[in-house]
Amino acid sequence: MFPISLSARRLPLAEGLFWLLLASGYFLLPEHLTLLSQILIMGLFAVSLDMALGYAGILTVGHAAFFGMGAYAAGLWAKHAWAEPFSGLLLALLVCAALGYLLSYLVVRGADLTRLMITIGVCMLLSELANRLVNITGGTDGLQGITMAPVLGLFEFDLYGRTGFVYTFAMVLLVFCVARRILRSPFGLALRGIHDSSKRMQAIGSPVAARLRMAYCFSAAIAGLAGALMAQSTQFVGIESLGINRSAEILIILVLGGAGRLYGGLIGAIVYMVVHDWFADMNPEYWMFWIGCFLIAVVMLGGGGLMGMLARMVKVEKAR
Amino acid sequence: MGIVIFDGVAYGMLLFLIAVGLSITLGLMNFVNLAHGAFAMAGGYAAAVAMNSYGWGFFPALALSFVTAALIGGVLEVLLYRRLYRSHPLDQVLLSIGLVFVSIASFTYFFGPSMQPFTLPPLLTGQVALAGMEVGRYRLFLILCGVLVLAGLLLLLNKTRFGAMVRASVDNQRVARGTGIPVQRLFFATFMLGCGLAGLGGALSLGMLGLEPTFPLKYLVLFLIVVCVGGAGTVVGPFVAALVVGVVDMAGKYYLPEAGAFLIYVFMVVTLLLRPNGLIPRKGL
Repeated sequence: MFPISLSARRLPLAEGLFWLLLASGYFLLPEHLTLLSQILIMGLFAVSLDMALGYAGILTVGHAAFFGMGAYAAGLWAKHAWAEPFSGLLLALLVCAALGYLLSYLVVRGADLTRLMITIGVCMLLSELANRLVNITGGTDGLQGITMAPVLGLFEFDLYGRTGFVYTFAMVLLVFCVARRILRSPFGLALRGIHDSSKRMQAIGSPVAARLRMAYCFSAAIAGLAGALMAQSTQFVGIESLGINRSAEILIILVLGGAGRLYGGLIGAIVYMVVHDWFADMNPEYWMFWIGCFLIAVVMLGGGGLMGMLARMVKVEKAR
Repeated sequence: MGIVIFDGVAYGMLLFLIAVGLSITLGLMNFVNLAHGAFAMAGGYAAAVAMNSYGWGFFPALALSFVTAALIGGVLEVLLYRRLYRSHPLDQVLLSIGLVFVSIASFTYFFGPSMQPFTLPPLLTGQVALAGMEVGRYRLFLILCGVLVLAGLLLLLNKTRFGAMVRASVDNQRVARGTGIPVQRLFFATFMLGCGLAGLGGALSLGMLGLEPTFPLKYLVLFLIVVCVGGAGTVVGPFVAALVVGVVDMAGKYYLPEAGAFLIYVFMVVTLLLRPNGLIPRKGL
């Protein structure tokens, strides 16, 4: 297979086309708008995980902690305080950024195994907490009875998910652009350097621990925002949004798309959610079997996910 | 009070049996093997099938569980694990999660989703009076097994040439390799031993935790906590940590049932906060 070459100047065009394609789902697939919104949200969640795991190399397997935290924050805010959606997003963002920053002190200082354990532990702790505080979170029944006010006071959240899709799409695109900016800034390059060799980065004077803490905090904030979007667009928060299974699922999505790549999370979410939707009536055990085989194959073959495959097929020529 | 500690210790011994292999794997090769519980499950199922379908006795079945898990561990080491020792921990985590998923799916397919039936041998049923308490014989047997394995491992690691090589490789792998120690073969042997012990633990957990296909995922965090809190790469660390975790978990279930699994996670996070490398960190860190 000969590589298709693409000049670097055309790359933003390809990106624009990708987002246009996603947006065209509004007209092309009007019956599946809820699924499309969920794909976008999971994509954003995967991008947030990518920031911590793929770019900064922080081994975290409990990222659903932030997703669920954001979802509960936005859900509770809408239910008890103010049903206006943007305020809920902002609140979730702030809560998760604060939580992520606090936790980053715990997470960054340990070795890989310690990081893994702390992130799993915190995720389990929060999900146990949500399970226990039945009168606040609704326990295993989930947080019900959220009614969102219209977006900007004009657009009601309708049954077909039209407003939900447009709202989600706009917010995901916005946050993705911010994330893209962050990852392409000198800060993002420093993260890449730390991922490849933290000792050398330290040697050239990069404050490694502080950079990692910031990356973890950003990542937590975006994950929280994704959770808040999920809570607002489905008007429901299930206890599983906080659990370890959701963490594993998002890890699989990211790996499927390709970790350490900007669009890996989004592409992974599209493919994973669509396939999952197709095989929704399949026995969960078989689903698990194939997912397991897929993970082993990815690691053994080392393809770097779908984006890795794409990168081998399309050669980007450097702009002069 | 006494009985709670006793049950906690028995529970801890079981955790130690399963987790000690994980500790060595992690210490020796820095391999984050989340699939360790799957080997325990394989051993446990081998014992259960031997007893229920072929009428084996309890003790031969225990031996079989050790051998089966060690063999499966050996095969997978050659086929999969060996290639990933130098990879990023993320790859190791993904591979082992994949193995866990495949094992859960296949065991559900072949043995059904329900818990394996198990009857204790007459020798181990009932209670026995010990220091003024009525304690379960099976739990006493578990403690005995744990102590025996600990003693055996300590002897093996501290008194034999093999143990000296393992310790040297854990402390500094590159120097050990430089002095001519066959680290690769050593790791293969310890991996099989660790898997075998996990299989033994899995068979023993038939009478305490119960065995079902979700076993590797259900108790994964507990095994990791034991290793992480104890300090990867040692034998005494996981032993101490397993006892503490066992007692804390059991005490939580008796006295604070509403706190649930809460206690154990708080305990872990606090311990790692105070000692990021575990209670008994290995040398050379």
